[in-house]
Amino acid sequence: MIAFDSVSKTYADGTPAVRDLSLNIEKGETIVLLGSSGCGKTTTLKMINRLIDLSKGTIEVDGKNIMDQEITALRRSIGYVFQGIGLFPHLSVAANVSVVPRLLGWDKARCRKRAAELLELVDLPPGEYADQYPDQLSGGQQQRVGVVRALAADPDYLLMDEPFGALDALTRGALQQELVKLQSEIGKTIIFVTHDIFEALTLADRIAVMHEGRLHQVGSKEEILKRPATDFVRELFGKPARQLKLLGEN
Amino acid sequence: MDFLQLVADRQGELVGKTGEHLVLTGVSAAAAVLIGVPLGIVVTRWAATRGPVLGFAGVVQTIPSIAMLALLMVPLGLGVKPAIGALVLYALLPIVRNTHAGLTGVDRDILEAADGVGFTPGQRLRMVELPLAAPVIIAGIRTATVITVGIATLSAYIGAGGLGDFIVRGLSTGNSNLIILGVVAASVMALLLDFGIGLVEKWLRRRLHQDRKE
Repeated sequence: MIAFDSVSKTYADGTPAVRDLSLNIEKGETIVLLGSSGCGKTTTLKMINRLIDLSKGTIEVDGKNIMDQEITALRRSIGYVFQGIGLFPHLSVAANVSVVPRLLGWDKARCRKRAAELLELVDLPPGEYADQYPDQLSGGQQQRVGVVRALAADPDYLLMDEPFGALDALTRGALQQELVKLQSEIGKTIIFVTHDIFEALTLADRIAVMHEGRLHQVGSKEEILKRPATDFVRELFGKPARQLKLLGEN
Repeated sequence: MDFLQLVADRQGELVGKTGEHLVLTGVSAAAAVLIGVPLGIVVTRWAATRGPVLGFAGVVQTIPSIAMLALLMVPLGLGVKPAIGALVLYALLPIVRNTHAGLTGVDRDILEAADGVGFTPGQRLRMVELPLAAPVIIAGIRTATVITVGIATLSAYIGAGGLGDFIVRGLSTGNSNLIILGVVAASVMALLLDFGIGLVEKWLRRRLHQDRKE
């Protein structure tokens, strides 16, 4: 479990990014942090693995305060998928996938085997793709590699920061479906950041809606659609809710 | 015809002087790399050091080579030592500057990725930043080497040997063919090294997959 307790982040110039956030993320769930840009969702995500340090409050991962842990050990224990994909261009696909195991000191053969296993999992046959380089892959394939790289050392948690944002709609849809399928097989705890309502509805067990640094509501899709807690949430989901209703009537 | 006769007569000497020149250049360039690359890392990490270090290396470049050799003769005496000292100082600027440029040029997303997956700062430098900056650093080493070959001809004046000996002797005896021999040999060496290191640079770019960005 990841527990945020009254967490705030204020940047050096005084801008508040996250205000007094309390949130429990349960084991095995996929929680989507949803909001427009500047709402604090990415800051929230990055505070978990300390790419950004919080200003106030505490974050505990499995009951341990993140500030008490060694920072590289913390990061290696949490998978992270990036907005900009962030594959290492000078490393082969297999080397990219096994970068965390390598940092953890696994031997070559074990790294290689793990990479093959993971590439298989996202339909990139290792025989064909293991020795290719990121620039030889399509955007969708690169992000598949990005996703399995985060899974390589078998972390309990997976942080995903708008991972499909740069992909075309078709590829994005395909990867969302793959993630749902993947999640049903691996059962990780996923914290997924997006500004795309439909992506949130596709992926989430629970959605946490953020606006201007505050958490407006957290709940299942049904709860949020049926009982929006604030005007902002009602506005945000108004359109998709009406569309869903229309679909339901036909 | 006279010139070709001269080359034939002095074949052995030419090989020897070329060897001396290569050693002078090689040792100086290697020392400049050993000092310059770490300095480039330092000025990238600690911005406050950038001004002084690049400023110093820049000022060094403006000192005329002969004056620099004379200056270094005072503490280091005659011969190879002051020559290498001067060559290292001249070679520093392109190496420090390119190391800095190469490291600064690494994509921020890639750096965040490296931090996010749990590289220590040292691992990040060794396994991500330096490899990705390598082609730019090599380009700096290439410039430095070419400069060094040229300036090394002057070090004959302080008894450091090398191809400059032909030029100095030609000047003092009025033998223009001897001067041409020294100049041509040094130029060919500079061109070959430029080409050779250029190949390494190209090979690195290909290896690092920087040559077919979409």
